[in-house]
Amino acid sequence: MAAGPEPLLAIRNLSKTFGGVRALDGVDLTVAPGQIHGLLGTNGSGKSTLIKVLAGVHAPDPGACLTLKGRDVELPLHAGAFRKLGLSFVHQNLGLIPSLSVLENLRMSSILGGAILGLDWRMERRAAAETIARFDLGLDLEGLVADLSPVDRALLAIARAFEDLKHGDGRGVLLLDEPTPFLPAAGVRKLFGLMRSIAAGGSSAIFISHDVDEILEITDQVTVLRDGRVAGSRATPGSSRDDIVQLILGRRVEIAAPAQATKPSAQAFRLSLKEVSGGALRGVDLQVAPGEIVGLTGLIGSGYADLAEFVFGARRAQAGRMDFDGVQDLDLSMQTPRGSIARGIAFVPADRPRAGGAGRLSVADNMMLPSLDQFFQGGVLRRRRLLERARDLGARFDVRPNRPQLNFDALSGGNAQKVVLARWLSRSPRLLLLEEPTQGVDVGTRQQIFAALREEAAKGMSVIVASTDYEQLAAICDRVLIFRRGRVQESLTAPGLTKDAIATACYAETAGADQGTT
Amino acid sequence: MTEATPASRRRPLAFLGRFALIGVWAVMIAGFSLAMPHVFLSWANFTAMFGSSAPAAVLAIALIIPITAGDFDLSVGANLTLSACIIGVLNAQHGVPIGLAIVVAITAGALVGMLNAVFIVGFAIPSLVVTLGTSSLLMGIVQWLTNSATISGISAGLVDAVVGLRVLGVPLAFFDVIVLAVLGFYVFEFTPLGRRLLFVGLGREVARLNGVDVGRVRGGALVMAGLISAVAGVIYAGVLGSSDPSSGQNLLLPAFAAAYLGATTIFPGRFNPIGSVAAVYFLATGITGLTMLGVPLWATDVFNGAALILAVLISQVARGRSVADLV
Repeated sequence: MAAGPEPLLAIRNLSKTFGGVRALDGVDLTVAPGQIHGLLGTNGSGKSTLIKVLAGVHAPDPGACLTLKGRDVELPLHAGAFRKLGLSFVHQNLGLIPSLSVLENLRMSSILGGAILGLDWRMERRAAAETIARFDLGLDLEGLVADLSPVDRALLAIARAFEDLKHGDGRGVLLLDEPTPFLPAAGVRKLFGLMRSIAAGGSSAIFISHDVDEILEITDQVTVLRDGRVAGSRATPGSSRDDIVQLILGRRVEIAAPAQATKPSAQAFRLSLKEVSGGALRGVDLQVAPGEIVGLTGLIGSGYADLAEFVFGARRAQAGRMDFDGVQDLDLSMQTPRGSIARGIAFVPADRPRAGGAGRLSVADNMMLPSLDQFFQGGVLRRRRLLERARDLGARFDVRPNRPQLNFDALSGGNAQKVVLARWLSRSPRLLLLEEPTQGVDVGTRQQIFAALREEAAKGMSVIVASTDYEQLAAICDRVLIFRRGRVQESLTAPGLTKDAIATACYAETAGADQGTT
Repeated sequence: MTEATPASRRRPLAFLGRFALIGVWAVMIAGFSLAMPHVFLSWANFTAMFGSSAPAAVLAIALIIPITAGDFDLSVGANLTLSACIIGVLNAQHGVPIGLAIVVAITAGALVGMLNAVFIVGFAIPSLVVTLGTSSLLMGIVQWLTNSATISGISAGLVDAVVGLRVLGVPLAFFDVIVLAVLGFYVFEFTPLGRRLLFVGLGREVARLNGVDVGRVRGGALVMAGLISAVAGVIYAGVLGSSDPSSGQNLLLPAFAAAYLGATTIFPGRFNPIGSVAAVYFLATGITGLTMLGVPLWATDVFNGAALILAVLISQVARGRSVADLV
C-alpha cells in the first residue's frame, strides 16, 4: 500500500460488458478520506454505469475488486446494500418527497426503517434539528419541501445523504450525481460549503458534474472517464481548465476554433425569436431561415432543451416574442400546442412513451391524431381510409411491421419514432421541432430519419433539433448553436461544424462567466 | 431491435374474452331455465327485465363517457335520483306539464355535470373526490325537495312512454337504451371526438401535444355524463311511476360493474356502450334468477360487488398487466 492514509473507497479493475459492448473497461478509482473527488466524462463515457455498479443495480464482470473503509467487499453488491457499507447517493432528482415536511424527509430512513409502532418524534426532531444546525441550513423543520427553493432542496438532500452514512464510525463516501446543473451560482457556493464541511469530518465525496469550472473549484482530485476507461486521474490543484477538458475530449483543445456567426441573409427568416426566457434560458434570440436545419446543444442545464418546448407551447415560456411565417410579434408565453399546430409548427418530444404516442391505441390513430378531421366525411369517421393512409405513410417512412392496426406500444423505439415523424411530416409543417430525435433508435433507422428530415428541409421546411448527440448534430445541421448558462454562446457552421468542435464548444469557458440571479 | 412484437404474442385470452361474457350469460340463462323452466324461462320475465333494467343501462352509458376520458363520476347515481325527483315534484306535486318537467330535469343534470367539470378540470381536483362530494350534496338536495318521501302520481304519459307502450311485449324503455347505445357506439367509434376522448384518457400528454383541447374534452364528457344520467332518471321515474328519493343511488354500483364488465367484452380493453348495456342485462339476469330461486335480498349486493371486482380482474389478466390502468 502506498503512503498516505488508507483510502475510504478503492475500486480495482472494474469492467462491465453489455451484450459485447464494454461500458467499463478496467477502471480504477481511489478516494482518500476527506477528499472531494471529481468524476468527469462525456455522455456514454461510463460514469452512470460506474454509479449503478456501486448502487448494486448492475453486476460487474468478474475480476473486479472493491474495498470500502479498508475492507474487501464482495461483488456484485446487493441492491440497497450500499448504505450499510458506508455509501450514500444523491441523484439529480434528489429523491425528496415534496408534500412531506423537512423533518420527515430528513429522517426518512430512520422513520421508515424503525419499528412499526412507537415512532419517537422527539428523538427524530432532536436529530433533525442537530443536522440543520450543524450545517447551518436554516430550514424550518415543519416546512414542506415543496415550499423550499431548489438550492435548499439540494442542500437538504445532501445533508440527508450524509446523515444516512452515520452507521459504524460515521465516515463514508457520498456520491453526488450532478446535483448542481439547475442551481444558480450562489446556490452552488452554498452547496460547496456543505460539501467541504462534510469532507472536513473525514468523509469523502465523489462529485459528478459536466461543469469543469465547478470541478476545478471544489475537488481535490479528478478522475476522467472516456469510452469506459480511465483517461486520467490527477490532483486538481495545479491542473488547468484545458488539462481537464483535454482529458474529457481526448485531445488538445483548439482555442482558435472560431465562433463563426455567419448568419443567413437577414431578409427571409421563417422564425425569429427575441428575448426568450424561462426554464434555464435568460434572454435568447434566434433566427431560422426556411429550409434550414438548426441544432441546439449544450451541457445539461444550459437551456438548450427548453427552447423548442417554449416555441411549440409544450411548456410556457416566462417571456419572449416570436415572429413566425409572416405573423409578427407573437407572445411566446401564450403559445399553446393547439395554436402552434394550426400555424404549421410540429413538435417531436424526447419523452416518447409518455408524450410521443398513446401505447394502447393503434398506430393508425396515433399517426393521424392531429389530422383526424380530414377523415370525418358525411358524418362518419372513414376508418378504412384512415388505415390506408396510415399504411401508405408507414410504407413511405419504412415503419416495420407496417400494420397500422397494431397498438403503438407493439413497435420498437425506432419504429415508434418513425410513426411520430410520419404524423407530422405528412402535414407538411413550416417548422419542425425535435428533441433528441434518435435517442434509443438503432443506427439504420437513424439514417432513415436523417434522410427524411433532409428531404423535407430541401422542400423548405425549417427544422430545430435539440440534442446532446454531437455526432448527429454535425451530420444533419446547417448550423449548431451552443448554449451555456442560459444563453447562446457560439454558433458553428459548415467547415467548422464537426462532432469535436461541438463537444469542445460545450465545455468551453463562458466569457465573463455572467452568473446573474435566477 | 427493429422488429416489433408479433401479433401472436398478444394473449389468446383477449380474443376468447371478447365473447366470454356472452357465453357465461347463455350458460346462466340455461341454468336458471333448467332449474325453473316455468317461472324463469318466460317472455314476460324477460320483457319485465328489459324494462326495469333500462335506467341502470342508461346510467352505465353515462358513466363510460368520463371514464373513457380518464375521470370517474360517482355522482351519476345521485344525479339520476335528482332528475327523477324533479319530475315528481314538478309534475305530480305542482302540476307542471310532464314535457317541461323533463326539460328541467335534464337541464339540471347537465348543470351538475358542469359543476363537476369546474372543480375537476378548472381546479384540478381528483374526480373521485369531487364527484363523491357532489353525490352527497345532490342526495341532500333530493331529501330536501321530497321531504324524504316517495312522490307518486307522475303523469301517465311518461309511464306509458317508458313501460306502458310495448313492441312484441318489450317496453319502449328498452328501445331507448338501444338507441342510446348505438348513438354512443357511433360517437366513440366513428367520430374524431371519440378518438380524442380515447387519447385524453389513455395518453393525456400525447393528446395535449397533438392539439387536443384536453380541458374541453374532459369537461364535455362530464357534462354529457350528467345529462345522460338525468335521462336515466326520467326513465327511472317512468318505470316506477313515482319518484323514489333513495333507491336511485343503488344503481351506481351496478352501473360501475356493467361499465367494467362491458370493457371486457365486444371491444376488450375499451369502455364501450354496447358491451356495457349487455353487461347490465347480464347482471340483471343473474339477480332475477337468484331472486326467483329464493336467495335472500342481500345476495344482490354480493353479486354486483363481486361482478365489479371480477370484471376489473379479468380485463387486467387478459391484457397481462399487473398495474390497474383502466383509468
